[in-house]
Amino acid sequence: MDLVSAVVTWFADPAHWTGQNGVPYRLFQHVGISLVSVLIAATIALPLGLYIGHTRRGQALAVNLANVGRAIPSLAAIAIVVPFTQMLDPTLGFNLYPTVIAMIVLAVPPILVNAYAGVAGVDADLVESARGMGLTERQVLARVEIPVAIPVIVGGIRSASVQVIATATLGAIYGLGALGGFIVEGVAQNDNGRLFAGVVLVALLALLAEGALALVERRLAAPVVARGS
Amino acid sequence: MSTAERVVFEHVTKRYAGTGAGNSGAVEDLSLEIPAGKVCVLVGPSGCGKTTSLKMVNRLIEPTSGRILIGDTDVAKQDVIELRRGIGYVIQQVGLFPHQTVGENVATVPRLLGWDESRRRARAQELLELVGLDPATYADRYPAALSGGERQRVGVARALAADPPVLLMDEPFGAVDPIVRERLQNELLDLQERLAKTILFVTHDIDEAIKMGDLVAVLQVGGHLAQFGTPDEILANPASDFVARFVGADRGLKRLALARVDALQLMPPVTATTGDDAAEAHRRALADPFPYLLLLDPMRRPIGWIAPRDLPAGGVLDESLATAMSPFLRRRTTLKDALAMLVEAEVQAGIVVDGRGAAIGLVTAEMIFEWARESRPPDPAGAAQGAR
Repeated sequence: MDLVSAVVTWFADPAHWTGQNGVPYRLFQHVGISLVSVLIAATIALPLGLYIGHTRRGQALAVNLANVGRAIPSLAAIAIVVPFTQMLDPTLGFNLYPTVIAMIVLAVPPILVNAYAGVAGVDADLVESARGMGLTERQVLARVEIPVAIPVIVGGIRSASVQVIATATLGAIYGLGALGGFIVEGVAQNDNGRLFAGVVLVALLALLAEGALALVERRLAAPVVARGS
Repeated sequence: MSTAERVVFEHVTKRYAGTGAGNSGAVEDLSLEIPAGKVCVLVGPSGCGKTTSLKMVNRLIEPTSGRILIGDTDVAKQDVIELRRGIGYVIQQVGLFPHQTVGENVATVPRLLGWDESRRRARAQELLELVGLDPATYADRYPAALSGGERQRVGVARALAADPPVLLMDEPFGAVDPIVRERLQNELLDLQERLAKTILFVTHDIDEAIKMGDLVAVLQVGGHLAQFGTPDEILANPASDFVARFVGADRGLKRLALARVDALQLMPPVTATTGDDAAEAHRRALADPFPYLLLLDPMRRPIGWIAPRDLPAGGVLDESLATAMSPFLRRRTTLKDALAMLVEAEVQAGIVVDGRGAAIGLVTAEMIFEWARESRPPDPAGAAQGAR
């Protein structure tokens, strides 16, 4: 049977749209895990990145941390934390927590690096003229550095989000449903319709997030670029 | 409404860790007093500490020793944020905030000072008008949509926003082309005539220093003050070989740019008006050491020169007799420009005319040379020139 029609047939089956293993529920799960992971990662990485970018202190630390974060395979990250999180909660500690932690590890580096690089990359003359006019350090960051760097900062959140959405599928290996569930089950049951339906859903969600955040990024950068000659 | 304060450097030294190349920008025992309302230009080669000196005033750089006063207040004893809000600051790259409109940019310091929205808007409008930018056109534009010259004007407007007594300008016109630069210089001089701020102005361009400064401080590498005085004093009596080399071999010519035709005792030409008796005019011309006759129309506007040999023995004078013309000068023309015009026209004398074009007198190259000789201020070292 040809792949496209298998996927279409799978989507057409009403049974796949209800219950805990249905598309809406798992989509909701997937969005929820991704959102929580990116939010927690941003809570950690944004202040740190902005601080390092503004003060230029700990630049080496930021770069190394980001590289380590990038070097850890997400699947390995999930596996490593399972024994610890299971001690907290036998069920959630096995399926949910490890995935979220691995996604945070995945999302921190791009957010951190972009926040740091964005702020550090703001024209030094601009910052000096702001300081020279009597803006406090906090005002320099809030009124000059962040607004100027905002497209770069949002860019970091965007690439983190896309990576998290794509990679959160791995959680299914440890029993967390989400959209990865369709892929893992599809492989196990040799059901190509199910497998590729999962792939399509993940890809669409990732593209949607990418598009939405790209739009935000453009809007925030609008005044400078749009009226520039 | 507009106020100004004096700025005093007292034995200000700034040393950087390390020596050699790392010491570029250092300042060594700098003492200066810039009276309120004057423009002082800090000029010197790169690495002479001129920008460092400027930035020590608003404490972007802290001196190693010595102190700087604004009025009678030691800047080091003031809250640094408050201090900076009370000093206008303009840099070469302008540093306009790209995410804010021109109006918002200009209102930066008023906003920091907590002025309300309508007062800020009104002030921004007033300032844009002051620097020659129509608020209706420019207030809502973003900096990216401005030319280099417009950006620089906005930068000056922003620096003046809270009516600070002191203005610091770090090579403000260094990044614009020569034509725009000259226009901005003239605009700033006009502005200064009205505002009378105390301005510290950094440049590496000696011509700009001479043009803009009431006072010029020449710094040399290592942060030593080589000379401090009026542009004329520095050009006429360079204090050292360094200053002499820095101001250039053409310093005599540069001095001429500081004086205007009205500084000269004009020479009265022998004139005649169309319709005058030729024989009488001839007699008068020959009696003069400069035996050329300047023919005027009935409004006393010059028509041209008549050489003695071309003067008819009788009849009346008419326009066809005039064969040569001289360049027209105004009282406000600088002596340098006057000399340039004489050289260009290959004539001995230029005709000074008034606003209506009527001849007032003559200027010759010799008169300019004589002015240069006699007006030289006495050398404080007492070495060369005695007063005559």
